[in-house]
Amino acid sequence: MHAEAPIKLADFHANARAALNDPKLRDSFSGAMDFLIERRARQFPDPAAFEQLRRVGEAVRQHALARLPELLVQLEERLTALGVQVHWAETAADANAIFLDLARRHDAQLMVKGKSMVSEEIELNHAMAAQGIDCVETDMGEYILQLDGDRPSHIIMPAIHKTKRDVAEIFHEHIDGAPLTDDVNELIAIGRRALRDKFASARIGVSGVNFMVAETGSLVLVENEGNGRLCTSVPDVHIAITGIEKVIEKLEHVAPLFALLTRSATGQAITTYLNVLTGPRRPGEKDGPREMHLILLDNGRTQAYREQRFRATLQCIRCGACMNHCPVYTRIGGLSYGTTYPGPIGAIISPHLQSLHETRDLPTASSLCGACGEVCPVGIPIPDLLMRLREAGRHSVAQSATPPQQALRGQGEVRQWAEALAWKAWRLLYSHPVLYRLLVWFAARLNWLTPPWQGGWTLARAPLRPAPQSFRDRLAQRRQQRR
Amino acid sequence: MSAAAGTAMHRSAPNVYFFATCVIDMFAPDAGIDAIDVLERSGVTVHVPLRQTCCGQPAYTTGFPEEAAKVAAAQLDLFPEPWPIVVPSGSCCGMLKHHWPKLFANDPLRLAKAEGIAARTIEFTDYLLNVADLNLAHARRSPLRVALHTACSARREMGTLECGRALLQRLPGVELVVQAHEFECCGFGGTFSVKHPEISAAMTSDKLDAIRATGCDAMVSADCGCLLSLNLMLEKRREPQRGRHIASLIRERLDASAGEGAGR
Ligand code: SF4
Repeated sequence: MHAEAPIKLADFHANARAALNDPKLRDSFSGAMDFLIERRARQFPDPAAFEQLRRVGEAVRQHALARLPELLVQLEERLTALGVQVHWAETAADANAIFLDLARRHDAQLMVKGKSMVSEEIELNHAMAAQGIDCVETDMGEYILQLDGDRPSHIIMPAIHKTKRDVAEIFHEHIDGAPLTDDVNELIAIGRRALRDKFASARIGVSGVNFMVAETGSLVLVENEGNGRLCTSVPDVHIAITGIEKVIEKLEHVAPLFALLTRSATGQAITTYLNVLTGPRRPGEKDGPREMHLILLDNGRTQAYREQRFRATLQCIRCGACMNHCPVYTRIGGLSYGTTYPGPIGAIISPHLQSLHETRDLPTASSLCGACGEVCPVGIPIPDLLMRLREAGRHSVAQSATPPQQALRGQGEVRQWAEALAWKAWRLLYSHPVLYRLLVWFAARLNWLTPPWQGGWTLARAPLRPAPQSFRDRLAQRRQQRR
Repeated sequence: MSAAAGTAMHRSAPNVYFFATCVIDMFAPDAGIDAIDVLERSGVTVHVPLRQTCCGQPAYTTGFPEEAAKVAAAQLDLFPEPWPIVVPSGSCCGMLKHHWPKLFANDPLRLAKAEGIAARTIEFTDYLLNVADLNLAHARRSPLRVALHTACSARREMGTLECGRALLQRLPGVELVVQAHEFECCGFGGTFSVKHPEISAAMTSDKLDAIRATGCDAMVSADCGCLLSLNLMLEKRREPQRGRHIASLIRERLDASAGEGAGR
């Protein structure tokens, strides 16, 4: 088995270019996204009903975020009372250290893991492999990627960029005795058989969490394959990991979020499994882990929490609908982003997890078409957040018209003097009507001077050439004629 | 009259301001003149304040809201009368209506002015359909299959998709054809098209292909930004078709019918 490739700092432009030039990738992505768009649309036939449900989801998430510190304390108390050990991790390295410590304590060489984007975020598999511990993915898509040494390109459908043929070849190459077959059912059976043994022999099961309920101390896990249930019930020890923002106040708040999540993500009214885990195995119970841990990861989330203008980022329930509907994501695929979370959600959360500078090309990689914000089931104003990130990257605290409480990571580091100067010049011309009129006058009369090469614009388009008579010239003429 | 160039037709006619947009001023003057022409035929007097420049959107969306605010601030006093401000572009209209007030969140004086403007700002097709209730029954009747591209801000921020469609349906002989992925962005996105030219080009190119696949006779839009991007790609591809502002199509159909009438 390959070690998982570490997060490389993406050359976003080069990745995107390569993806655009790969017809196979473009076809498979746009086909898959059209399919998901269609399935979601069927679940929300009435826009008004969607809007109503979305308002509830948004309110639940905003309510939780408004009380985040309190709810986390309440959650920890409930969990501790239930016998769940709560660990706080400020960084990815802290989280991995906790995993390693637990693995050593239980002398575990093997962990089985259900699908968890937060574990991708900390690169758990990689960190464990470096210590000789095998952390095996049990979600079929993730398993395929792990075998191939590849990374997820979608937060819900991680292996969406792999074709049936790719999967057949990966299984044939990496699983002993796997025949080369194009039959999907057979492929799934091959994968499942290979994973069965792992469940039986692993000491530790790892999972993510969709919602944490503060009032009951329940961890809610949404899935379709049943591997999540196995990971959280078969091994002796269950370690859940998630971001601090996933807490909600009440159990009854799960219902609207669950309804929004499954419909938005895969166009399902309900998933095959909904696991509500409230504490480890109790005396007299026949199954469930004997020990249960929850690792709460910050990794930059408090920055988004601290700044009111970015807080909505944390409302996200990771449904992936924004990606499915994004014309940019659809064309370049998830891997081009070079971040754990791709697409619109990736563009708004990654700058907090990494830094504005490291992720500098993501907030601008959007035409601000608004498709993401339109479908987001918890009403995150994604285009607005993208604009705020563009601004924060280009303005230090001192340069900001409305400064943040505290500098963001990478604040102002995306600023280029030429760009800032260009906008200053633009402002000078466009805020002085006389100068603007001169500009338009000259542009029209000197339009033959239009440069044939205009940066990125002329890559695929003819140059922008001012009309020989401007609108205001024409307007003046028209008035003359009418007199 | 002050700096506004009025095009008075009738004393008692309703008045509107016209915010032409800088794209129309410099790159697509026909669209602006045609829009004014159509507005006048709907019976209104159109006033064009000549000190207007740009809505500030390019700087605003690129992350320089303070520069956009200065450009907007210079135009807050251009619309003193309580008349509607008609904007022949969904995205610039959205800027005035939804974002100008945000620019002055900490500036109560300007905020009040910006909110006053926002409340009166209305997109061109919305005005023609829902305020002026433009009658097009007498327009030219020859058959024409038209594809409509609606800008994302018009669709999602201004909600004027149906206005454009309804206007086209009022034109006798015009059949609206709908391209595949009609809801998808054309890839212009202002500075996006310069910062990420390959991605932008892929989107624009797909949009053109989808429109061509409808076999339409004409392509219209109510946004000159999108049209500029689409048309200049057609030019680069050496294809003869060009998209036009919806105002130009309406005017042409009305002119042609007037011509027919005069000939009779
Ligand atoms: S941002 Fe909204 S649409 Fe995107 S993944 Fe999160 S909840 Fe879903």
